[in-house]
Amino acid sequence: MLHSKTFLKRTKKGNAVKTVREHYLRDDIWCSAEICLLCAHTEPVLSANALFTQLLNAPHYIVPDTNVFLNQIYFLEHQAIHDVIVLQTVYEDLRNLSLSVYNRLRTLINDKSRRFYVFPNEHHRETYTERKKEEPLNEWKGRAIRSAVKWYSTHLEKASNSGNIIEVALLSDDVENINNAKAEGILAFSVSTVKEYVVGMTDYPDLINMVENFVDIEKDKKICYEEHFNATKISNGLKNGTLYQGSLNISMHNYLEGSILSTVEGVDTQILILGRLYLNRAIQGDVVAVQLLPKSEWSRAPTSAVVEEDEEGDASTELKDEQLGKVANEDIEKPKPTGKVVGIIKKNWRSYPLSYCGYINSKFIKGSATSTISENVFVSAMDTRIPRINIRTRQAKNLLGKRILVAIDSWPKDSKYPLGHFVRALGEAGNKDTETEVLLLEHDVPFQEFTQQVLKNLPPEGENWKVKKEHLRDRLDLRHLNICSIDPPKCTDIDDALHARLLPNGNYEVGVHIADVTHFVKEGTPLDEEAANRGTTVYLVDKRIDMLPPLLGTNLCSLHERKDRLSFSCIWELNSEAEIVNVTFSKSVISSKASLTYEQAQMRIDDLKMQDDLTKSIRILNELAKKLRQRRLIKGALVLASPEVRFQLDFDSQDPVDIEMKESRETNALVEEFMLLANISVAEKIHSKFSKSALLRNHPSPIKEKLEELAKALSSFGLSMRFDSSKSLSDSLDKAVIKGDSYFNTLLRILTTRCMLPAAYICSGSFEAKDYKHYGLATNIYTHFTSPIRRYSDVIVHRMLAASISPDQAYSNKLTDTRKIQELCETLNHRHRMAQMAARSSVELHTNIYFKGKVEENNGYVARILKNGFIVLIPKYGIEGIVYFPKNQTSSNTTPPVVYNSHDNCLESTTETGSKISIKLFDQVTVQVSVQGEAIQKLKIELLKPFIHGFSVSTDSTKNNNDADVMDIDEDESNSLDKKNRSKKKESRESSSGGGSGKRKKIKG
Amino acid sequence: MSRQELIGPQGLRQDGRRANELRKIKCKPSVLSQADGSSYIEQGNTKCLAAVYGPREARQKGQVIHNKASINVELSLAPFSMSERKKRTKYDKRLLEIASAVKQTFEPVIMTSLFARSQIDIYLQILQFDGGIIQICINAATLALIDAGIPMLEYVCACSAGIIENTILLDLNNTEESFDTPELTVALLPKSEKVTLLQLDSRLQVNEFENVMRTAAKGCKEIYEVLEDATRDHIKDLLNRSNPIN
Repeated sequence: MLHSKTFLKRTKKGNAVKTVREHYLRDDIWCSAEICLLCAHTEPVLSANALFTQLLNAPHYIVPDTNVFLNQIYFLEHQAIHDVIVLQTVYEDLRNLSLSVYNRLRTLINDKSRRFYVFPNEHHRETYTERKKEEPLNEWKGRAIRSAVKWYSTHLEKASNSGNIIEVALLSDDVENINNAKAEGILAFSVSTVKEYVVGMTDYPDLINMVENFVDIEKDKKICYEEHFNATKISNGLKNGTLYQGSLNISMHNYLEGSILSTVEGVDTQILILGRLYLNRAIQGDVVAVQLLPKSEWSRAPTSAVVEEDEEGDASTELKDEQLGKVANEDIEKPKPTGKVVGIIKKNWRSYPLSYCGYINSKFIKGSATSTISENVFVSAMDTRIPRINIRTRQAKNLLGKRILVAIDSWPKDSKYPLGHFVRALGEAGNKDTETEVLLLEHDVPFQEFTQQVLKNLPPEGENWKVKKEHLRDRLDLRHLNICSIDPPKCTDIDDALHARLLPNGNYEVGVHIADVTHFVKEGTPLDEEAANRGTTVYLVDKRIDMLPPLLGTNLCSLHERKDRLSFSCIWELNSEAEIVNVTFSKSVISSKASLTYEQAQMRIDDLKMQDDLTKSIRILNELAKKLRQRRLIKGALVLASPEVRFQLDFDSQDPVDIEMKESRETNALVEEFMLLANISVAEKIHSKFSKSALLRNHPSPIKEKLEELAKALSSFGLSMRFDSSKSLSDSLDKAVIKGDSYFNTLLRILTTRCMLPAAYICSGSFEAKDYKHYGLATNIYTHFTSPIRRYSDVIVHRMLAASISPDQAYSNKLTDTRKIQELCETLNHRHRMAQMAARSSVELHTNIYFKGKVEENNGYVARILKNGFIVLIPKYGIEGIVYFPKNQTSSNTTPPVVYNSHDNCLESTTETGSKISIKLFDQVTVQVSVQGEAIQKLKIELLKPFIHGFSVSTDSTKNNNDADVMDIDEDESNSLDKKNRSKKKESRESSSGGGSGKRKKIKG
Repeated sequence: MSRQELIGPQGLRQDGRRANELRKIKCKPSVLSQADGSSYIEQGNTKCLAAVYGPREARQKGQVIHNKASINVELSLAPFSMSERKKRTKYDKRLLEIASAVKQTFEPVIMTSLFARSQIDIYLQILQFDGGIIQICINAATLALIDAGIPMLEYVCACSAGIIENTILLDLNNTEESFDTPELTVALLPKSEKVTLLQLDSRLQVNEFENVMRTAAKGCKEIYEVLEDATRDHIKDLLNRSNPIN
């Protein structure tokens, strides 16, 4: 049954080489149609219940060609479309042309209910078409597709039992192809008739919305972007160094300002890209090719916060403004490399099933409430870094005030904004559940229920699962030890427990026992894959999105008191100076004697009347932890801070009633120390076994320039800051104290954290050993081992450690493949970052709810200076926001109330009396906090003190401002102040405090 | 990212084979008249020519073994065998290793004790390369040895199997081999089911080993039938020619 057929192929690998591949043609490829009696297929994919529309008045299967998939994947993804034949020719073409569409098609194929069948036409003897001599590629493929369609229709005619005929229709974009098909007697439809085709599907009126955009798009003639370079030009440019490649990062404050990280003239640096034209249709996260502008046009920091752009303002004036700004600042700082996007190497448009959350901009709706005429509207994305999306819909009025999902389809060069289409509505804006869903979607957090398939992997005994004899076979029985766990109050997922005892030789035995998640989560099972995809548990203010099903996370794995639990133990022998004498790792069975809160543990330490064994062991732990911490700090570990808060939630409504700062006790530090120690010991162990593929956690040194800025600001307080090593940075942080201002040091630490690069997971094989180091913790090697219930990285590390300690342990090549681990690291880093941002957004959401209807005066600190405003941090609530001042409007002769002085990086103003006021970093200010905005509720922060005429609000006018649309303080600025008051999201940068294990976020309730 | 999809959605491999299918084998014994025994074999796009000389007097004194024949295997890869033309020296480490594997495979099978103090030379030439080099060398050598009339215990047939995306694939070709695929090459005496060579490239999980081994062994037996048929056809042909009356 094998028919050998070899064919020749040319591929490019630097130079052209000829590749010869075998190509077998077969007789045993079945059509997979349910009605077919000739073929020997056992599980037909294509059902007898085929598509039926008014256009083609018969049941039929459709065969879309490559272009239809590329351009209209959304249409095909709609659930109305089923029973589709995907030809191998098309399938392979798609993989080469667009990986994202290909992946979406894969999802469709895997979804059994959609019935997409891939027909290997190129290996079928009757449908195989040989390429004629010098036949153009596309013609040949068209011929192959047509021959397959033809075969299908004749085959189905022959094969079906009488009266039950199913037609096969080709869908194509190419007129010639259609004409050829019709000439050959094949049913074929062009894309323009797709609309008619869809109109016939009366059951799905929303389908028409999707097809709508493919025709007659309103062109915005005002703007025309430069053509992108083609792929060869880009790759040549990258090779010879005239172009730079990087992933575009758009500023949180200004969606027209982006940057990429790259190396210019041998120095790692940021390349700025400013303005719509230079961004050239690239959006957040795209991998772009950038060409540098001539040095004379380079820009310099700091950045202005363009809040909401002027509708009429066209791009050229914007650009001019920027250049003017540049000239003004010419002499001060070294200009930063600035460039323009000349090509997009990889698009980062969110694609199925992801899309953009947003809301319709009410300004643009023209039709009346009842009209069903479709119109173009703009959707502003929740992510302020994404430009507005132009969609066409009939339901504009209905969707007003709702959160909706939209997807971007294309961005032609003569359209100012990307074009997209409506996907679905989420719910009313401002509703807490809707907003929570929005923030989960926005941060790409998988929050669906666990599927049945995943739950099947749980132990069948369910909650009655017990430790049995067979579990003890390869495990140490440590149930007799005085082990306890210390966690925040009401913590249900306990993944670590500790013990300590004095050994006869005067040394101490200290054990850290971690929940043995890998006993339940076996590699390669659906449960494992689900956990790997989730990556981490996400903690929101009022809920938790688990990585593992609750049966494991909060019960079987969780180390509850007085319950036998499986664990993975790391046991050291420490001498009295807390130096490691010896370390062993073993799987074990433990029974925790007590689950303590930080507070209870602290009480046990302090209460000298308690002299039981458990308390004694906690005291030993505490003493050792202090020594460990001392030594760590001497080595240069940083103590950083983050403005974290905790909400007191109302029991019923779950609305926040109070906000308080998180506090820290000695016992927090105790647990943290031993977790760090365990992570370091484990990292060394797994690296010795898996030198090429160990999963490690790395924290690179901070970017010098940012710290320099901070040091400059500090120098005005007479303080110095050195940062040549983490040790010197840590020392100068300790010394930077101002008497009478206790928050100053904390603020400095918060700002220092912002200068740090995020810590990340890395695969040891992809880096050199000297690059493993963790800057913040001042250790040479580090990993995550201690929280397998809430982090997938720890699960992998558990598997690696298990393989390292026992030679018999079977482990798959997933653990040894450098590339696979590196890929995993990248997904985990992404999930991690997203989880943190989701948590932050959740805090922000609750802050907004808390401040709803309130106006409060608060003390704040200036955390960053911008060209037209500053960022203020309010310690009491841990919130921060931008205070803007109005852009100097129309006439240039009136001096703006506030001027940015780039020399001292401060804002200056002259009062009416002639005295000078300046606002600089670390200054204390008084601000007024309220919530405003309809579509997006945002904190509005206004300056009260120091009073700057035309900028600050006076306390008297406070009442007016709450409800007034326009702030009538000064005639000159009234024009557009409120329009420009769109607040910002919190900093996106991952704060890297203590690498993560030190940061133990747990949720209340 | 641009990694090829080696197994398609309907379970077909890139070249159109299913997971448990061999490539097409063509073989012909006795293709060279100078040699004592010879063979030509194609497994898909891998093509190999084998020539056997001996048993004959040992060329070098040092190689003489007093109670049995010594086996000498030399392997060379034609410069035109791969997509890029490249000349390889005789002392290429990789080739020497494969040659020695072939030698060790045949030492227990050829009845060397019948030919004390003599030498059997096996020359192998790869004309075209598309993966599975050890297996084709062994299969070609078997045919050539039979053609030379050298007494052996049994046929030796070799075949490889590997795992890609959790599917066990039989008889990997060059593309399939080149992703650090776990590949097990087995040389089997098909009747007695004795194994004379077992070689593993890359890592294979131990609980998969048995299944891969079984698949490869099945492949060996299929190859055996092809080789056996070719030999019998050849013998029939010889008989026909020596009996012009028929």
